[in-house]
Amino acid sequence: MEQPNLSYINTLSGGNKEFEAQLLDVVKNEFPTEKETYYKNLNNKNYKLAAENVHKLKHKISILGLSKSYDIAINYENNLLDNNTDLKEEFDNILTVITNYLNKL
Amino acid sequence: MNCIIIDDELTARTIINKLSSNVPDINVVEEFPNAIQAIKYLNQNTVDLIFLDIHMPDFTGFDFIQTLKNPPKIILTTSDANFAIQAFEYDCIVDYLVKPITQERFNKALDKAKSATFTSKATTNPTEEDSGVNDLYVNIDRRLIKIDIPSIYLVEAKGDYIHIKTETKNYTVHSTLKKIHDKLPDSLFLKIHRSYIINVDKIIDIEDNSVLIKKDVIPVSRSNRPELMKRLNLL
Repeated sequence: MEQPNLSYINTLSGGNKEFEAQLLDVVKNEFPTEKETYYKNLNNKNYKLAAENVHKLKHKISILGLSKSYDIAINYENNLLDNNTDLKEEFDNILTVITNYLNKL
Repeated sequence: MNCIIIDDELTARTIINKLSSNVPDINVVEEFPNAIQAIKYLNQNTVDLIFLDIHMPDFTGFDFIQTLKNPPKIILTTSDANFAIQAFEYDCIVDYLVKPITQERFNKALDKAKSATFTSKATTNPTEEDSGVNDLYVNIDRRLIKIDIPSIYLVEAKGDYIHIKTETKNYTVHSTLKKIHDKLPDSLFLKIHRSYIINVDKIIDIEDNSVLIKKDVIPVSRSNRPELMKRLNLL
């Protein structure tokens, strides 16, 4: 399974550790809320809203360097817009990987 | 160059702030988590440039642009490359950045913004003429009540009165559907029946000859259906 990395954030910061910490704090704060909202909408079968949540989560997936996961998220978002939950498991795995990664930071 | 950032995601705003801080002549004066707050700010202030997210709940970046009478230069920021064609229908949009944004690509967009010249008159949606007014005042019991136009989702004609339904409150006003239709931006509102005007952005679903908007099922007349279908981003 593809693992997150800080390559984008490090490049963006230009070595500014304070900024890196600030941005990661923001990600750590936003990610659980976005994830929770996604699961809530998914469990309520509000697939269009869940697709919007996936859309937002895509940005976090991309800044954590998860390029293959990003492609899965794009396809999953499109599936949800068609009221189809194919790729749910794959997407859930991505969220778990990110959760574990952020918890360790 | 004074600019503002509109994005519902704090992560995105933090990144754009950082990218801007590396460019000497860019000054981020404000940032907003939604378009409505930005509209209120722009009613009182002017800026040279807006970094605008397209995909925001309730009020998208394109909806936002259509509320602006004289929009400044706009750089779209999005996680979705699919809107690029639509973006370039607007003269005010100088570039389109797909997240995650790199400094190099960001700088290129700013170069475009600096060199872009356009007349603000030609910056709205080329097919529509918007009022640029975001509030509507209605006369109820000799008081002028302000209604936030984007929050209106339905207007229903009932005899000599109209019922205006918004996200938060409903109003009954002595007026006609024609009069209120003239005051609402065509970019958001559409008459779908002789008794109903809807905010197209608030549609939940469409079935046969009716539209579900919030909890109201509204009939669509046969003559208005083609225009409604034209307004939908159909796959």
